[in-house]
Amino acid sequence: MRARNVAEEAHSEGGLVFHPMDQFIVKPLFGDGPVEWYTPTNVTLWLGLAVLCTVALFVLGTRGRAIIPTRVQSIAELAYGFIYKMVEDIAGPEGARYFPKIFTLFVFIIMTNYLALIPMSFSPTSHIAATAVLGFGVFIAVTALGFIKNGTHFLGLFWMSEAPLVLRPIIAIIEVISYFVRPVSHSIRLAGNIMAGHTVIKVFAAFAGIAALSPVSVLAIVAIYGLEVLVAFIQAYVFTILTCVYLRDALHPGH
Amino acid sequence: MEGELASMGQFIGAGFAAIGSGLAAIGVGNVAGNFLAGALRNPSAAGGQTATLFIGLAFAEALGIFAFLVALLLMFAV
Amino acid sequence: MATEPTAAAAGACVNDAGGAIGMPQLCVEWMPNQIFWLVVALAVIYFVLSRIALPRIGSVLAERKGTITNDLTAAEELKAKAVEAEKAYQDALARARAEAARIVAEARADIQKDLAVATAKADAEIAAKAAESEGRIAEIRAGALEAVTEVAKDTAKELVAALGGKADARSVTAAVTARLKG
Repeated sequence: MRARNVAEEAHSEGGLVFHPMDQFIVKPLFGDGPVEWYTPTNVTLWLGLAVLCTVALFVLGTRGRAIIPTRVQSIAELAYGFIYKMVEDIAGPEGARYFPKIFTLFVFIIMTNYLALIPMSFSPTSHIAATAVLGFGVFIAVTALGFIKNGTHFLGLFWMSEAPLVLRPIIAIIEVISYFVRPVSHSIRLAGNIMAGHTVIKVFAAFAGIAALSPVSVLAIVAIYGLEVLVAFIQAYVFTILTCVYLRDALHPGH
Repeated sequence: MEGELASMGQFIGAGFAAIGSGLAAIGVGNVAGNFLAGALRNPSAAGGQTATLFIGLAFAEALGIFAFLVALLLMFAV
Repeated sequence: MATEPTAAAAGACVNDAGGAIGMPQLCVEWMPNQIFWLVVALAVIYFVLSRIALPRIGSVLAERKGTITNDLTAAEELKAKAVEAEKAYQDALARARAEAARIVAEARADIQKDLAVATAKADAEIAAKAAESEGRIAEIRAGALEAVTEVAKDTAKELVAALGGKADARSVTAAVTARLKG
């Protein structure tokens, strides 16, 4: 209730107004009815655009199947080679079976991240709900895979046979905790980074309302925007690489 | 009056939580700086370790993001 | 952004002005919608990538690798051929050089022979000429000696006659001969 008061006060004041969180509001595309689970919303719109961009880059761009690639085709090939090498290097040759799934994650995150950098856009990956589905999906899939591939031997991941016997139970407890924190940090890292960047841009944009500060504000927005272009890629990369690391742990828990 | 006092507490708490983001920045700088120092000593080994670098950066940064999240929660959600 | 009041969805997460109440990320009533559309989008992307795009890119990359390997093999073959051709050329060059040397030597020998013959002939001619000349010189010298004796006898006779003596031919001749010899 107190927060409601604070937020409403902020809206009612003139001049310097901060609405850094308004960009994350989910609203229906048609009319203003309630947001049911099937309602087409701005989430739908921007996810749909991400799908369209994916199709344009990876299907239309490679249509020619050229031996000497066009520019778009070489971007698609570069992404393919980059992620394939990452999966193979980290998860090993057996991990290459899961390459399409990991590549889907990477492409989805990088497309939504970059589309979210368009002004007035909506960023689906800034929402905990979306990234938690990704993070917990990876967590559940990888844990299930570990048990299917290795059976109870998978629990050896928590039992450090190199450590002194006295310390092993303590280490096991720490390992179990850190294992269950993985999906939380995995999803919050992505959502938090994207949300933080967009919020900071909005806060600086609010300062542009004061004439004396507006040049500084514009410069700051440009600088943060540049950083965000970098972060959009790095977060997609980090999410993918951590997925590969978790996959490796599931495939080879012993080492 | 009571509500205002609570808001003040919220904002002060958010400010303290934001310090955590700055501390995470120190951690991230540490990781990157040590990587660079190692890479300059042995440039041939640096290429294979960029993945490890990014994993380390991600772990260091995640905790900063947690602090930032606490700040945001105090500001907007409590 | 979404500050126009009419566009806002009615609910617990948005106030009358269309602004967010608290963090939109924590609004529970929007989550089913987001999760549903996220799963749909992921499924579509996965389907498109795994069915169409990834096999295609993989085949293109494999094909390119094959083409490059083939081209490298072809280049290797061409290089071997070039090396062979160079060797053949070098052989031909060496052979031609040997031939030329042989011809030069032959020609030199021929010329040497001709030269020797010509030299010998010339030498013989020169020797003949020299002998003839020597003979003539000897003849002339002999002629000259005779003439000198004659002149000396005559002169001696005349001198004796002029001095009023009567010149005995034999004694004059003997005297002259003795004088010439001395």
